[in-house]
Amino acid sequence: MAHSQQEVLAGLAELVNDETGITADAVQMDKSFTDDLDIDSISMMTIVVNAEDKFGVKIPDEEVKNLITVADAVNFITENQD
Amino acid sequence: MKRVVVTGIGATTPLAGDANASWQALLAGKSGISTLEQDWVAQYEIPVTFAGQAKISALDILTPQEAKRLDPSSQFALISAREAWADAGEPEVEPERLAVDFATGIGGVWTLLDAFDTLKERGPRRVLPMTVPMLMPNGPAAAIGMALGARAGVHTAVSACASGNEAIANAFHRIQRGEADVVVAGGAEAAIHPLPISAFAAMHALSKRNDSPEQASRPYDTDRDGFVMGEGAGALVLETLDSATARGAKIYCEIVGGSVTSDSYHITAPDPEGAGAARAMLQALEQARASIEDVEHVNAHATSTPVGDIAEYTAIKRVFGSHTDNLLVAATKASTGHLLGGAGAIEAVFTIMALKEQLVPPTINLDNQDPNIPLNVPRTSMALSRPDAVAISNSFGFGGHNAVLAFRAV
Repeated sequence: MAHSQQEVLAGLAELVNDETGITADAVQMDKSFTDDLDIDSISMMTIVVNAEDKFGVKIPDEEVKNLITVADAVNFITENQD
Repeated sequence: MKRVVVTGIGATTPLAGDANASWQALLAGKSGISTLEQDWVAQYEIPVTFAGQAKISALDILTPQEAKRLDPSSQFALISAREAWADAGEPEVEPERLAVDFATGIGGVWTLLDAFDTLKERGPRRVLPMTVPMLMPNGPAAAIGMALGARAGVHTAVSACASGNEAIANAFHRIQRGEADVVVAGGAEAAIHPLPISAFAAMHALSKRNDSPEQASRPYDTDRDGFVMGEGAGALVLETLDSATARGAKIYCEIVGGSVTSDSYHITAPDPEGAGAARAMLQALEQARASIEDVEHVNAHATSTPVGDIAEYTAIKRVFGSHTDNLLVAATKASTGHLLGGAGAIEAVFTIMALKEQLVPPTINLDNQDPNIPLNVPRTSMALSRPDAVAISNSFGFGGHNAVLAFRAV
């Protein structure tokens, strides 16, 4: 079953919290993963792989560099989920 | 050369979660060895079903995010180093004058083998991106260096069960030479994993006393049948006497020697003549400018293997001759098991506490002392007689490594 945008945001925030300790509240659509949330590339890859499992979506490596903001990731996942 | 003192200690061991509680448990004659309850013991039919597991889980101390990025060996290292650093009063030292010398014998074995399971079961994309920095043997030293902002160098000695002592010896000489003013030094190990246990068991190095784990580690006893694996870490803060005095730090004792030699005799067996081990002890005493009669306490390597305990006795006798009878010897692995790369570090903590409190800890499980090892090994704690006593702590490792530290009470 497809997840709504709100569900994807909440789920992604959970994964970010789990990996980095950043509170889920801080993970908002307009935030940049690197500039605002200070997430490094290694944590980002872990979050991406966990998001694939959680949402049943494939996020190709070449796509990851385009996921600048939380909204980028939420939109990609929402549009590409099974 | 600069004089070097110990101003902080930390440890997480099978006896307790910190240095002082570990020391108190040691004095009380406790054993940190217990039956392994993990599922993998039965799953793989592991022939040895007990070990010295850390009394306090690292996961109870670290944040989940810290723990997630550190192999268990680095987790123990960081916990012990933070304790030592706090104990030393968090010295204000220029980052460029602060170094780390932290050892491991085996490295991130849990990380490596978990990652291989992930690869086989779920494919390469699911292998954690942090796998390499977590499994590398310099991981524990690097974690401590990052936590304390050390910029005078972060170093890792790897010499099997002599690693902890070699790291502390390196730290001592580094300060003596003026390369750093303060060094956090020690060693960690977290190898209570089915593979290392199976491998050590395959070489008949481990005790098989599955029915009575607390009695299994019995150095010098006639019924000893091998060592008992332990896990944890020990850490020291070493600094120049000048630095410690200037900031009014509490001083546990002076470190006066740190010597490393090699046998090049056999990859695992000690040289039965004990020549290399004896040279390490003698060199440590030369560095200390101490006579053999100055030495009152020896924290022996004494792993509880039939061959190793005798070889060390032979080396001690070779160095100390008739003074051997006057030495108060402690074999603290009887209580903690053998922490491999962490062994020298926690035994340094015990040796330092022995000098500070002028008290040699008891050696447990010594019911029938091997007549071929007529050392003076107190069964209950015993007072030292000299306020300026010198103590040495021995560590030897596969590969023919011999590393000996010497400390003097102040």
